[in-house]
Amino acid sequence: MHVDVFDQYHFTQSKVHDLDPRIKVLITVLFILSNALLPDGSWPAFALAWLFLLIANDQAGLGLGFTLKRSVVALPFALVAVSAIFSPYGSPLAVWDLGFITLYPTDLGLIRFFSIMVRSWLSVQVAILLVATTQFSDLLHALEHLRLPRTLTTIIAFLFRYLFVLTNEVFRILRAREARSAGLPGVKGGGSLPWRIKTTGSMVGQLFLRSYERSDRIYQAMISRGYTGHIRTLNPHHMNRRDWLILFISIFLLVIIQFVGWVR
Amino acid sequence: MNYSPAPLHIPDGFLTIVVSLIFWLITIIMVGLAVSKTNRSLGEKQVPIMGVMAAFIFAAQMLNFPIAGGTSGHFLGGTLAAIVLGPWAGILVMTAVVGIQALLFQDGGLLVMGANIFNMGILTAVIGYGLYRLVIHQKRGIRLAVAGGGAWIATMAAALTASLQLWLSGTTRLEIVLPTMLGVHALIGLGEALITVAALAYIEQTRPDILDVNNPAKEGGRGWIVSGVLISLLAVLISPLASGNPDGLEKVASDLGFLGSGLDAPYQLLPDYSIPFLGDTAISTILAGAVGAVVLIGLVVLLGRNLRRQKSG
Repeated sequence: MHVDVFDQYHFTQSKVHDLDPRIKVLITVLFILSNALLPDGSWPAFALAWLFLLIANDQAGLGLGFTLKRSVVALPFALVAVSAIFSPYGSPLAVWDLGFITLYPTDLGLIRFFSIMVRSWLSVQVAILLVATTQFSDLLHALEHLRLPRTLTTIIAFLFRYLFVLTNEVFRILRAREARSAGLPGVKGGGSLPWRIKTTGSMVGQLFLRSYERSDRIYQAMISRGYTGHIRTLNPHHMNRRDWLILFISIFLLVIIQFVGWVR
Repeated sequence: MNYSPAPLHIPDGFLTIVVSLIFWLITIIMVGLAVSKTNRSLGEKQVPIMGVMAAFIFAAQMLNFPIAGGTSGHFLGGTLAAIVLGPWAGILVMTAVVGIQALLFQDGGLLVMGANIFNMGILTAVIGYGLYRLVIHQKRGIRLAVAGGGAWIATMAAALTASLQLWLSGTTRLEIVLPTMLGVHALIGLGEALITVAALAYIEQTRPDILDVNNPAKEGGRGWIVSGVLISLLAVLISPLASGNPDGLEKVASDLGFLGSGLDAPYQLLPDYSIPFLGDTAISTILAGAVGAVVLIGLVVLLGRNLRRQKSG
């Protein structure tokens, strides 16, 4: 695995890519906040928020369906919200007798469920757009400007850098396991469950030691290259007039979305 | 890559603002404490090490092992990180892991990240390390057993708080989410405990110096023991109580006024389709129509532009 997995969209130019990363982080958080603030069942406001997202997608030059295609990652968690359908607060729409339990889906429950899904779906998409249009080092720089502690941003920077190195390490360990686990077709390979767990534990321990020793070497190498505890980026971060303008327009649009959501 | 989302990462939209902000507040305080503690007690050398360790936890989460029926055990790593690196560093490492999972993989939301860090980073560090610290001078077998138990309780406590957060937000019914989450995580926690024990045993065999009691990097006061034991007891006591009698917990919460902000508010807004200060349903219809028109026109324009671009490109 290589950094390119995430960075392949970063080097195109667009109005969204060129925005100051701080502005992008702020607008992303405000957008998610706005979705969370909208009351259940405010479909016009949700539609407007979606339009906002589509415009951003369009301006980023990634195609209208870009974030839509990638937003399926949030789907598995939807299962958790399903029980909201059977809210006791609304009037029942039907009776489902499953033998061991009788369920009453209610109108308010359904509205609640779909509102949660739409909110989550919109929020995931804006986060996808942020990552797709911002280089990771710029993102970190923005977080640092937004008063995240230096210690934390440095940890995240190292995490991001060594994520790929250690993932490859994991693949090597897994390949070694595969290579030593030859089995006959039709015969169940491997040992008992305790044996498997012990093996996995040793793999985790091995990975830990390799990482730990590597981090020591990395630190020595960085010191000898003049590391002062701060990671730099080549992109200068100056807020120009256009950045402020975009920020104010976005806030204005989000206020309108809130207005549409609450006034009916 | 074979990265699978763990069921503990709550996405945006599933928690209300109030619940999200409360847990952000707790998380900010704890992470801020962790930053100042590690800055004071550890040299700047520890920062790159913590970064690589965070990458280790992240990578180790990909090492899953087949259990039965197509499911596989999954490693969270919070307890292991806290035991090996010390509690404060463990919190920072898990914060970085949860943060990057949300930022890069959209595994867990941004507004709810405070809750996610609390469940998977802070609780696991307090419980896992607190219990381990209690027996740190005991024999090897006891230490490993307690580490495993701590990992299991930490996973269960994370599932418990996640369920409670979802329920307080009115996202799920407690009597459904609690048994499900606790049931699933009783198994996941078992895998977590076994891998933690096996990994610790391996590390102790090959590099005993890292787990050395006298290592200053792992210093944690008696406060960890007290809070670890207390919170574990709390989790162990609440879980069966709440699973067996969710109505009781619901009553406690509504008596305390939690549910007023959590459940009722969003529901009561719905049936009332009147305009607070315009006071006229005709205007509301016009407004709805106007909004619909704006969305439709916007869609048509955007689609048209994209189709044209595709043709020319």
